[in-house]
Amino acid sequence: MVFSDWLSLQVAALLTLGIVSFLYKDNPFYKICESIFLGISAGYWFVVLFWENMVPKLYDNIALMTSDPVTGAGVPRVLYVIALILGIMMLMRLFPKLGWLSRWPLSVVVGATAGLWFLTYLNSNALVQLRATLLPIVAFAAIRSGEGTGLVSWFGKYLGNLTIIIGTVTGLIYFYFSKEHRGVFGQTARIGIYFLMVTFGASFGYTVMSRMSLLIGRIDFLITEWWPSVTAGWM
Amino acid sequence: MKYVLTAAAVLVLTTCVAAQEMGVPDEWRVRAQDRGSDAGGAIEVRWSPHPDEHLIVAYVVLRTTAPGVPWDTVVSLARGTREFVDETVSDGVEYYYQVVAVATPAPAALDSLATPAPAPAPLYLWSEPVQSSGQWFNWGRLNQFVIGGIISAAIILFIAAAKSGRKLFVRRIAVLEAVDEAIGRATEMGRPILFIPGIQDMDNVQTIAGLTILARVAKTVADYETTLNVPVSRSLVMTTARESLREAYLAAGRPDAYNDDMVHYLTDEQFGYVAAVDGIMVREKPATCFYMGAFYAESLIMAETGSAIGAIQIAGTAQPAQLPFFVAACDYTLIGEELFAASAYLSGEPKQMGSLKGQDVGKGMAMVAVIVGAGLLTLSSLLPDVHFIARAAEFVGRLFQVN
Repeated sequence: MVFSDWLSLQVAALLTLGIVSFLYKDNPFYKICESIFLGISAGYWFVVLFWENMVPKLYDNIALMTSDPVTGAGVPRVLYVIALILGIMMLMRLFPKLGWLSRWPLSVVVGATAGLWFLTYLNSNALVQLRATLLPIVAFAAIRSGEGTGLVSWFGKYLGNLTIIIGTVTGLIYFYFSKEHRGVFGQTARIGIYFLMVTFGASFGYTVMSRMSLLIGRIDFLITEWWPSVTAGWM
Repeated sequence: MKYVLTAAAVLVLTTCVAAQEMGVPDEWRVRAQDRGSDAGGAIEVRWSPHPDEHLIVAYVVLRTTAPGVPWDTVVSLARGTREFVDETVSDGVEYYYQVVAVATPAPAALDSLATPAPAPAPLYLWSEPVQSSGQWFNWGRLNQFVIGGIISAAIILFIAAAKSGRKLFVRRIAVLEAVDEAIGRATEMGRPILFIPGIQDMDNVQTIAGLTILARVAKTVADYETTLNVPVSRSLVMTTARESLREAYLAAGRPDAYNDDMVHYLTDEQFGYVAAVDGIMVREKPATCFYMGAFYAESLIMAETGSAIGAIQIAGTAQPAQLPFFVAACDYTLIGEELFAASAYLSGEPKQMGSLKGQDVGKGMAMVAVIVGAGLLTLSSLLPDVHFIARAAEFVGRLFQVN
């Protein structure tokens, strides 16, 4: 192993142990690791945003003008000039008297995002979900034709359909804000929140398992990569 | 592959004359037409099966812009294929298509140039000239237009009603009552309040809702003279949060208590931000932690640390995957759309109130659709001979079809 690789391993392991030491309590080792992480990441993101956004998306598009197909002369890409102006307006926040100008680009960002995502969210969060919820409570035709393997399987299948329908409707009632949750409406909303909690429980367990795999990954790194490098040395 | 296709095309073109002499049966046709409801740049080519399809190995689609101009090979498709969408065309240009049934296996095509293999006839047919063009309206998305239009119209109407001074009812949100209690606790303990507005930028509506709640929290904090700490991970969020806080402190009559350092930028990096926030938590030991906005994997790390230092924690997010962690580790949680409802409720702003009420119209429609759709499907299964029920069930299903 060359020295630079060996040194990288030691730094990675020390930083890992430093961050994990937070589980014991706040300590100087953690503070050093935290400051290194914070400082490097802030600097890293500045460089990334500059070279991956400012330069290729703004500077290049304005500096490298489009050629006019007839005259061959350079034509500025107007849309990018608008982006430049909006960017400069955002910086006006540095000057208290002109700070109000920064609200305009902010409005453009919020408005454009809302418009662009409207259809996507309508489809993925509403229509597709509703389409999947349109299920028969009991498919009598299938029962008549003798499909399936018996009453238990039919019961299980259609109990599933019924659960989906009840869960969707009661969940929607919980998130209906135009009516106070009282009486039957309130009881129905309560069923909705039970459905939500069961879903959260399942999701919690699933994610905890994935976090465990991340922890195992780091421990594996320490045991199989770092510790042998410590015992063997960099030669 | 390109050479194989070209060779196959050459092979077939060399036999065109022979094929023409044999005549082309009416039943084998090629139709090319502009693809409808699109932005242009696409032509659909359809053909009927070759009468001797069992003898052929592939269909080769050829294209030219005028009679006499050499044909270009577009694609070679397996036997059994009946259609192809050519998305390499330019709008306004006239194209002629030819579909060639290749009898010889493609890899052997080059050899076959020297000794043509026996082929079934006819081998080719071409289409009428066709141009592609873009359409203004995608009819396949009519249902999305109508549903989106109804919800949008409802939102606009409710915003107009709120602006005109009409009081819109939004039910009480229990979590909000805990906000004052949590701020009061921090004041009594003489410890700061930590507010995390998520890790997303200002283009995320959850961040906007989080900052609205921050403004409401700041007003009470200003009254109580408690310390407020707002670390952020986005520069735009920092500037907007500062503006919200300045206005909140001004509205509370305490502009002197405000300073820009209350809101401070840490880093854009997700886990770098979390490491720093955790450090702030264990060192400053805030009495109350608010998490309002869009969160990802950092949610549990922060909420667990907050729980470990004994802070009262109030969270709100519309990230479904993170809600379980906030529910488990925080004292109070605004679940999903409750975050936006709380934002509207606290601000009383017509746009937010109208938006919330308009979305309630959408939810009402969804509930009716689910109940009616499930009922119709069940009835249709029970009464298979009553066709109008089946058609009605199909119609409801089509309403929510996404193309």
